[in-house]
Amino acid sequence: MDTRSIMIVGVGGQGSLLASRLLGNVLLAQGYDVKVSEVHGMSQRGGSVVTYVKYGDEVFSPVIEKGEADVIISFEQLEAARWVPYLKKGGKLITSTQKLDPMPVITGAAEYPENIVEKIKAAGVEVTAVDALGLAEQAGNAKASNVVLMGKVASQTEFDDKLWQDAIEQCVPAKFLELNKKAFELGKNA
Amino acid sequence: MKKLMLGNAAFARGLYEAGVTVVSSYPGTPSTEITEYAAEYDEMYAEWAPNEKVAMEVAIGASIAGSRSFCGMKHVGLNVAADPLYTAAYTGVNGGMVIAVADDPGMHSSQNEQDSRHHAIASKVLMVEPSDSSECKEFVKASFDLSEEFDTPVIVRMCTRVAHSQSAVELCDRVVPAQKPYEKNPAKYVMMPAFARGRHVFVEERLEKLRAYAETSPLNKVIDNGGDIGIITSGISYQYAREAMGDKASYLKLGIVNPLPVDLIKNFCAKYKTVYVIEELDDIIETHCKKMGLDVKGKEIFGYIGEFSQAIVAEKLLGEKKESAVFDGNVPVRPPVMCAGCPHRGLFYCLSKNKITVSGDIGCYTLGASAPLSAMDTTICMGASISALHGFNKARGAEAEKSTVAVIGDSTFMHSGMTGLVNIAYNATNSTVIILDNSITGMTGHQQNPTTGKNLKGDPAAAVNLEELCKAIGIKRVRVVDPYNLAETEAAIKEELSIEEPSVIISRRPCALLKYVQHKPALKVDADKCKSCKMCMKLGCPAISMKDGKAVIEHTQCVGCGICQEMCKFGAIE
Repeated sequence: MDTRSIMIVGVGGQGSLLASRLLGNVLLAQGYDVKVSEVHGMSQRGGSVVTYVKYGDEVFSPVIEKGEADVIISFEQLEAARWVPYLKKGGKLITSTQKLDPMPVITGAAEYPENIVEKIKAAGVEVTAVDALGLAEQAGNAKASNVVLMGKVASQTEFDDKLWQDAIEQCVPAKFLELNKKAFELGKNA
Repeated sequence: MKKLMLGNAAFARGLYEAGVTVVSSYPGTPSTEITEYAAEYDEMYAEWAPNEKVAMEVAIGASIAGSRSFCGMKHVGLNVAADPLYTAAYTGVNGGMVIAVADDPGMHSSQNEQDSRHHAIASKVLMVEPSDSSECKEFVKASFDLSEEFDTPVIVRMCTRVAHSQSAVELCDRVVPAQKPYEKNPAKYVMMPAFARGRHVFVEERLEKLRAYAETSPLNKVIDNGGDIGIITSGISYQYAREAMGDKASYLKLGIVNPLPVDLIKNFCAKYKTVYVIEELDDIIETHCKKMGLDVKGKEIFGYIGEFSQAIVAEKLLGEKKESAVFDGNVPVRPPVMCAGCPHRGLFYCLSKNKITVSGDIGCYTLGASAPLSAMDTTICMGASISALHGFNKARGAEAEKSTVAVIGDSTFMHSGMTGLVNIAYNATNSTVIILDNSITGMTGHQQNPTTGKNLKGDPAAAVNLEELCKAIGIKRVRVVDPYNLAETEAAIKEELSIEEPSVIISRRPCALLKYVQHKPALKVDADKCKSCKMCMKLGCPAISMKDGKAVIEHTQCVGCGICQEMCKFGAIE
């Protein structure tokens, strides 16, 4: 099988590391060769962060370049817009509807673009938009919006639910397990 | 069992399986997690040293004592540890010794883009370079054997994409070799001129033996797909080249990047019509080839700057470029910012408001340089804030002393700020130094340090008392402020700048991201009371923005630190 590429994008602190680890573990359990490339350090501090997940028979480069991603999972609308050029033709976007103003918008040096989802659809991209933040708050904690989104991803992929449940158990600390399982279900059914 | 592991986690696993017993490092992105993961194995002793030089000397001592030892650091950390490295290259080892150095092409989290291979060449030690997590573990294990066989420290060169990518790793058991006996041997371990002259001869002979080994080492691999194109590469660049070129090229993948083989490269080049050298940063393999008279192409195509990728290789060598979707509209940049509730914000606001020249340092607080705070004038390297301030004030005199400060974090102060403060006291400038004590090493992800009262494992440890330390150095005026209290902080800065004496202000408040820090409920703006004056916006808090002409606070981000309340003259923030 050719290598497939998934990008997880968002704002530092939104939990993209956990999301990528869940996905990576599911793919490994499914028998694929997997590479997951993360961002640590300064870029994490509220900056734009991107995580690459690649899988197939044999994966070489851990990074994804413009026009290569099959799917982008975005935790924030502006970040979805930023990384759309990384989708290949016919690629899919799954995005949270959450908006977070970056510093240039906060200081008034730039404006947050309007109608992002519509504009991305107009570019020929298949978009699934989810109120991940609202559902995470419903599950009990706004921070679980990463797992809500992974629930949505699970509903659109063929991997066995058991693999996802195992990955959540491996990657989430015991005391947050119930919360995250609930968030996952809410995302799956959204 | 196969496990998905970060390159750094696999590196730590390699240390474990190789039977390492002593680990000493200083955190630095992208190397930090090697030592954090190492600390999770109870069989290995692991510590955070105050800086990389100390860490390396600890590892040297453990090696001389007969145990397998390790120290890890980022590229610029190896500059700090270069002094012990260049002489440990002479003494060699007793138990195997491995050094991790993590380069950061593209500068994801660094102040420069130096290529650490130069240190291996200059110090004449063996350097290996893995290209994925599985190789991280295997190369580390091989490095310990080679260290002992050739009597040399071995540097394992990492880079961001290898250190911070996960891939599958096969786990093996730990095998601890018997501790080697320690025998007094001044000719090997006392590097005074008479003995060092003898060891230099050894170093040169060792280098040639290592080169001969590199000719046939299994760490260097040829992947012969026939064809006209040969690619010589190493580390992550191999992965990019392989993905872009697939079977359209043949590869010489160098696992050993110092010393480089001669015949292996010559024979490889002889087989292909065109040979490219693909290496990030400097032209080390390429220069080696050209010195041998080989016709290879490299930097004239790929350049010296930033990271490579499969797309860059495909574009440069195949002329291919992928089509992609386009977003119609401007996308504002999202640079990293100080977190909501960051204790540094209040301090930087006070510096910015009073137009003070700020000699900065390395840490989260370097983000104070960004708009709207824009409260930093210089950032050079760990510890430079204090010593450069002294130099600045010596050059510009008494007027400068009234309008300049140095800012430095608690961990950075312990790393190499202290010596600069000794210089200020000893050589007398009336400089004002602000220690940003957030009770943790923040930037690299919350590592303990000698001021926090905890060690790497989180157990209680001796804590340096910063106030007493500064006084002992000779600074009589040492005071502590809470940066959440803007009035107190500003008054302290103004007073210390006005007084003709060196002084230290400790701006003390734990990092807002620390788990034990209790947050207050999120604040709210009363839109009726908000006069749209935008004073709160001057803080550059990511939780505050203007919506329809009024300030609003994003409830998922605000931690209730309250400095925006202090800024609001209309009592609109509750």
